[in-house]
Amino acid sequence: MSLTTAHSVVAPSATSKLVAGTIIVAYALISIVPLLWIFATSFKTPPDSIAYPPKIVFQPSLEGYCNLFSTRTRQTPEYINSLGPATGLCDETVRKRNMVIAGPSNFMPRFVNSLIIAFGSTFCAVFLGTLSAYGFSRFKVPLADDLLFFILSTRMMPPIAVAIPIYLMYRELGLSDTALGMILLYTAVNVSLAVWLLKGFIDEIPREYEEAAMIDGYTRLQAFWRTVLPQATTGIAATAIFCLIFAWNEYAFAALLTSGTAQTAPPFIPTIIGEGGQDWPAVAAGTTIFLVPILVFTILLRKQLLRGITFGAVRK
Amino acid sequence: MADIHIKGVTKAFGEHVAVDNLDLRIADGEFVVLLGPTGAGKTTTLRLIAGLERPDTGSIHIGTRDATALSPAERDTAFVFQQYSLYPHLSVYDNLAFPLRSPARKMPEDKIRHRVEEVARMVRIHHKLNNRSTRLSGGEMQRVAIGRALVRKPAIYLMDEPLSSLDAKLRADLRLELKRIQAELGATMLYVTHDQIEAMTMADRIGILADGVLVQIGTPRTIYSEPANLHVAARLGQPAINLLPTGLLPDGDAPAGTKTIGARTEHLSIGKASNGHADGVVDWVEHLGDQNHLHVSVGTKKLVTLTDPDTQLEKGDKVTIRYRAPLFFDQAGNRIANQ
Repeated sequence: MSLTTAHSVVAPSATSKLVAGTIIVAYALISIVPLLWIFATSFKTPPDSIAYPPKIVFQPSLEGYCNLFSTRTRQTPEYINSLGPATGLCDETVRKRNMVIAGPSNFMPRFVNSLIIAFGSTFCAVFLGTLSAYGFSRFKVPLADDLLFFILSTRMMPPIAVAIPIYLMYRELGLSDTALGMILLYTAVNVSLAVWLLKGFIDEIPREYEEAAMIDGYTRLQAFWRTVLPQATTGIAATAIFCLIFAWNEYAFAALLTSGTAQTAPPFIPTIIGEGGQDWPAVAAGTTIFLVPILVFTILLRKQLLRGITFGAVRK
Repeated sequence: MADIHIKGVTKAFGEHVAVDNLDLRIADGEFVVLLGPTGAGKTTTLRLIAGLERPDTGSIHIGTRDATALSPAERDTAFVFQQYSLYPHLSVYDNLAFPLRSPARKMPEDKIRHRVEEVARMVRIHHKLNNRSTRLSGGEMQRVAIGRALVRKPAIYLMDEPLSSLDAKLRADLRLELKRIQAELGATMLYVTHDQIEAMTMADRIGILADGVLVQIGTPRTIYSEPANLHVAARLGQPAINLLPTGLLPDGDAPAGTKTIGARTEHLSIGKASNGHADGVVDWVEHLGDQNHLHVSVGTKKLVTLTDPDTQLEKGDKVTIRYRAPLFFDQAGNRIANQ
């Protein structure tokens, strides 16, 4: 019997590590290839983007980004030649396609709409969620279990099932195509998740902390602010990411309820395809930029996100 | 500092009566210890005084004020919890300063610093003021928790088993320190524990709680030597008092109505049987070093007493046992006072 192979009961063996590692790498590759493809496409020229066989190696171009941020008109070569020298990289790029820049596109305003609506609704959902979770956690709320189930039940049907009533209500109330309307809608969808997640986190914070503070001369609200909130930051951050990801990615309601001033990026990006042929590089460029905020937010808060996912599985 | 007067306070949680018609008066500067097992209502009593619970009936006066309906912040008490009492997101200094920074107090920062440093020296934690509170040992954490109560000068300090989560040596050290600090400050203190040694060594008066009822209150000596009933007698003494039926051993001068005889070590004289007559047999001798526990069978009953470290008795020895002024209890378990 060999004495060199010390085998621990709890530590994974080399074989299981290898198998797990292989599966994770394979899954990561499958997940990341579409993203890389979109990223690459955003730097292709329109002919390269539809070339067959697909080009893995290509001459990078910013044409997709130029097209994303601008509207262009087609002109005769004589007219273009009569203009002065090109005023910038994008100007030069579009002239090669017999076009001139007519003005900025709607992408920036739509992107800003997305930021306002996603962050606004996340803030509202987390704010309301934290207060109600604290209430459910600390006070004897009559019918607390039924209320919590009711809050959860709002999440049980697919939100789009209520699309038509909401569409009609919003039209009556004048909330269609407004940022306020979208913030209210996403808050309503997210608040159930926020209450349930945060109640779990706040339940874990012993109430002795607030009691000590209240005996020391703080009111309940001050005690909540000074002792509970600082300890709930992990839970609040995890909840905020989940709410933000939902609100940022939401397509169906945004497509139904917004068309102009309050339109968010998800319904806007597909409309780029229609403007002058299938402009895949511009669509890919829009998608790439759309990914950036959520990527940054997630990387910054990845520890809290992990804690949110594994919440309840491991005790501190 | 002020005296505390609890009058006829009852508190129930659903069906369970945690505190039952409690009357308790704590004098200014007095150290009262409530002793009782888990669930006896000790913690509930503290929480009622602090205002974390409202009594169902009765009233609580702090000093001259009726505090029954006041919020915790208005009552001017300080509370040391059994655990969880330090804020993990704050340093030791900020933990100690926390009560002084309450919006109700508005104490200037330089005064706070002065007071925090003074208290930190008192509880011997001043070398760790800048540490994160999570980076302390158990004993240090509990000293900070006690310090956080001491930075204020409240009407009463309420302590809920502050030493129970510590190991034996630390507990002994902090017990002494706490008593020293209390005496130094002349503080009014209500201290809750299930540890009879803490109660005996620190208290001016001990209150024995059982099932929400204050069974007896008195000086440690009184509680030990004149317990009101079997329950109180069984709470104090190490090893626990031997409760024997009458007739088992020669009862001596047991008063009429005696049903149970309570015999601590000092109430028994045990000698090796010499002339054939014996009352019991030694089961075994537990050697604890500085002392021995002697286990003796008398008929079907077992006795445990202390004996000298150099005792000659061994397992299997036959012994004679006589009472020496033991405690007598009647049918209902109440002690019959000696005339």
